[in-house]
Amino acid sequence: MARRHLLEFEKPLVELEKQIEQIRQLARDSEVDVSQQLLQLETLAARRREEIFQALTPAQKIQVARHPHRPSTLDFIQMFCDDWLELHGDRRGSDDKALIGGIGRIGERPVLLIGHQKGRDTKENVARNFGMATPGGYRKALRLMDHADRFKLPILTFIDTPGAYAGLLAEEQGQGEAIAVNLREMFRLRVPIIATVIGEGGSGGALGIGIADRLMMFEHSVYTVASPEACASILWRDAAKASEAASALKITAPDLKNLGVVDEVLPEPAGGNNWAPLEAGEVLKEALERYLDELLALPIDKLREARYKKFRAMGMVLETSQPESGMIT
Amino acid sequence: MSLFDWFADRRKGQFVGKVTQETEESDGLWGKCPECGQVVYRKDLIANASVCSNCGFHNRINSEERIALIADKNSFNSIDRDLSPTDPLGFKDRRAYADRLRESQANTGLKDGVVTGICQVEEMPLALAVMDFRFMGGSMGSVVGEKITRLVERATKEKIPLLIVCASGGARMQEGMLSLMQMAKISGALERHKEAELLYMPLLTHPTTGGVTASFAMLGDLILAEPKALIGFAGRRVIEQTLREKLPDNFQTAEYLQQHGFVDTIVPRTNLKKTLASLMRMHGSRQIKNSKR
Ligand SMILES: [Zn+2]
Repeated sequence: MARRHLLEFEKPLVELEKQIEQIRQLARDSEVDVSQQLLQLETLAARRREEIFQALTPAQKIQVARHPHRPSTLDFIQMFCDDWLELHGDRRGSDDKALIGGIGRIGERPVLLIGHQKGRDTKENVARNFGMATPGGYRKALRLMDHADRFKLPILTFIDTPGAYAGLLAEEQGQGEAIAVNLREMFRLRVPIIATVIGEGGSGGALGIGIADRLMMFEHSVYTVASPEACASILWRDAAKASEAASALKITAPDLKNLGVVDEVLPEPAGGNNWAPLEAGEVLKEALERYLDELLALPIDKLREARYKKFRAMGMVLETSQPESGMIT
Repeated sequence: MSLFDWFADRRKGQFVGKVTQETEESDGLWGKCPECGQVVYRKDLIANASVCSNCGFHNRINSEERIALIADKNSFNSIDRDLSPTDPLGFKDRRAYADRLRESQANTGLKDGVVTGICQVEEMPLALAVMDFRFMGGSMGSVVGEKITRLVERATKEKIPLLIVCASGGARMQEGMLSLMQMAKISGALERHKEAELLYMPLLTHPTTGGVTASFAMLGDLILAEPKALIGFAGRRVIEQTLREKLPDNFQTAEYLQQHGFVDTIVPRTNLKKTLASLMRMHGSRQIKNSKR
């Protein structure tokens, strides 16, 4: 199970794992048959892990979503692409490393893949700007999506960002404009778009590659309108209330499925995707291929109309008199 | 996010860009300009579109006053007045969202933070949305998103130009992800309006930030702004924390955005209607013959 980076709530498992390790050691050093005890303890550990991960609070899910060993965009691409070439640059003077993209093949099908990219350690994270994209990143994404549009390549996006980069240069270069244009133009594209939140979906920075015909979320990933930390400082006037804010904001995959924001929740192995990345890759690949089959069978006008209607229906309002256009609840 | 700054600054009592302290004295006949300190006769101020005649400071105005400045007299026909917010998450921080809503509704007489309708500008039809900052900081939840989307769709259907007057701290956190998705919804409707080759102009007023900046505020064919309005994506405080260095004085002002290529023109409020009418005319708008809708 490789190197562990333990989260606070995983600590109860440590004791069990220690025992298992000790018994293994014992078995190696003597003739005693310990397979029975070993099996028992391993079963117990697996069950405990499952219990812990089934009962995660939203704040704990954020920790899982931010786990340094959680498979990233490039990890997934390596796992299920038979062919992959990263493509660089927004053609306006920058190549963002926090938002990457390229062309690849899943089975016989060429696709365009785009996603936020975090690093595994501090050094990598600095190079990747912690997955916080600049305006150049969003413009590169749109350039690549336009390319996909022209050559009829379905678009797969992978969301994993704390948010769009907040900096002087980002403001100067029009962070708001870059994201806004993506939101509008993604409605125009005449190819299927499937988006998956694989880790953190941080607000507008996530939505900037998140307009899609299908939106999926991994079970322990989160998608937020504002970071719980920021929300807590504003509404509770106390940043320490972040875990309360995380619960109130309804950021988990099942919550967002209930709210009609997300189409499908992808199950994760007990212990989270970082525990069994290859398994996660299989789950994601299966879902992507299933949706590609479904969406590629639709006439393009129907697809675009359905995409419009999908987002059109989001939100909850109360209408007291007769509606003029007969919409929404 | 930028809403953070807004609240933080308000607590300290020194708003970036210094707006709206005037409201404290708004009951009297005389008021003092928060920018230059000049004492003005309130009636004169209002007659001058709430712009200080001494220093040009733009005092904040509400949606009703804004509409009066843009629409021909009695021409504004509001739509979707009956849309009210719900509390989809059952959200409660130090106070319940439902209570905050009731309070804002009582204070403003509005059901939520935007007024939409069709009006005439020098007898040319215009679809008009005006965000009202008094209503929970102009924050965008489901009702704001739905009303603007319906207006955009109506403008597309009736083939008329569209103006959205922005004033917002961004997405409304109390409605969670449903608020974020309003950015998508409105942008989708704007794509169709654009596809129909119709003119869309946002007018960015103080302040226009966060999710509104990252969606319809920046999607205009022509982007107009009021002098000195605060316009930005991320909040100044957040940026200062990441940078640990001083930001330029005019950072995130309308003038700064124009310098960097994101605002077409800064329009003093006293010229607003004339400028709009002229732009509309040059983009093919024609007078409606003898119809008062
Ligand atoms: Zn003055």
